Amino acid sequence: MDLEFSTSIPIYLQIIEEFKRQIATGQLRPGDKLPSQRDLAAQLKVNANTVQRAYREMEILGLVETLRGQGTFVRQTEEIVEGTREEMLTNLVDDFVAAMQSLGLTMADTLELVKTRFRERELAQGGLKDERS
Amino acid sequence: MNAAEPVLVVHNLRKKYPKVEALKGISLSLPQGEIWGLLGPNGSGKSTLLKCVAGLVRPDGGEIAILGTPPSRASKAQIAFVPEVESLYRWMTVRQVLEFTSAFYDDWQKDSEEELLEFMRLDPRAKVSTLSKGMRARLRLVLALARRAPLILLDEPFSGIDPSSRDRIVEGIVRQFKGEEQTIIISTHAVGDTEQLFDAVVFLHEGSIILQGSAEELRASRGKSINDLFKEVFA
Repeated sequence: MDLEFSTSIPIYLQIIEEFKRQIATGQLRPGDKLPSQRDLAAQLKVNANTVQRAYREMEILGLVETLRGQGTFVRQTEEIVEGTREEMLTNLVDDFVAAMQSLGLTMADTLELVKTRFRERELAQGGLKDERS
Repeated sequence: MNAAEPVLVVHNLRKKYPKVEALKGISLSLPQGEIWGLLGPNGSGKSTLLKCVAGLVRPDGGEIAILGTPPSRASKAQIAFVPEVESLYRWMTVRQVLEFTSAFYDDWQKDSEEELLEFMRLDPRAKVSTLSKGMRARLRLVLALARRAPLILLDEPFSGIDPSSRDRIVEGIVRQFKGEEQTIIISTHAVGDTEQLFDAVVFLHEGSIILQGSAEELRASRGKSINDLFKEVFA
């Protein structure tokens, strides 16, 4: 896990967020094994109790399950993946909408801007693909 | 979270030196299995508190209990204390220092020692006199972490050493921390990037505790890092 965390937010929450992101983007799939708590603590250079707390909360949230003696695994439930993805999308859109509002944009302006940018990006990405092929 | 007996209880601890009141009634209770940061500027009483707990300084008042008993010859076996002032024999090799130190303790873990030496990139054949300050700090940490002591006291382990040694020491503590059966107190006057080590922090100012709590709860309730909180409190 490559995580640049901010120390002004509880660290265990940021660890949970990072796992949620990896699950939502498919980097981690149902059944995949999480690093051991000790390894992750060493890797992130955080207190093992902090990692333990993150894993415990993720279990309560139903994101992962710990099998005795085997480790911690991403749960097999598609709806959790879907739910996590939806939650992430909602958060991203909320942040975006709030930013647009603070700049004084209307919904119509924002939608227009989004459409334009979407098309430009697709063109740029399509162009890149063509060059490569 | 932990139903076990506290590893350390300090009650109304007081210590006066001829010119300064170093501790003005300190009370603390540390559960087993946590890493605590004892934070404060120089002269705030951190070292005096650690030395009292280690049984090296006699307090003027108050009580200390280590796993239920006051500091004594017996409690010294429960504590690994790394003082701020170095006491390594400079003519010894790293291996000799380890052999010499391990002879004093029944809880010395030979396998931890080897693991730590390698992790800290210490050459067992090197003479102490040839080591940099950062390497000597690493060695001193090995001496504490190779023991299975229930209570480890590290006085300013990051003070005046290079960033790479500092990183190694932070990671070494994370790796070797034995969880439930061990508690570590780390004193520092510069929190910097060591704050992710701490379960809980105690802010000491002129011999009194001015703030204490779980590091994660403080981040959540103040919306600040422990480092920023430290700077704010001691500005």
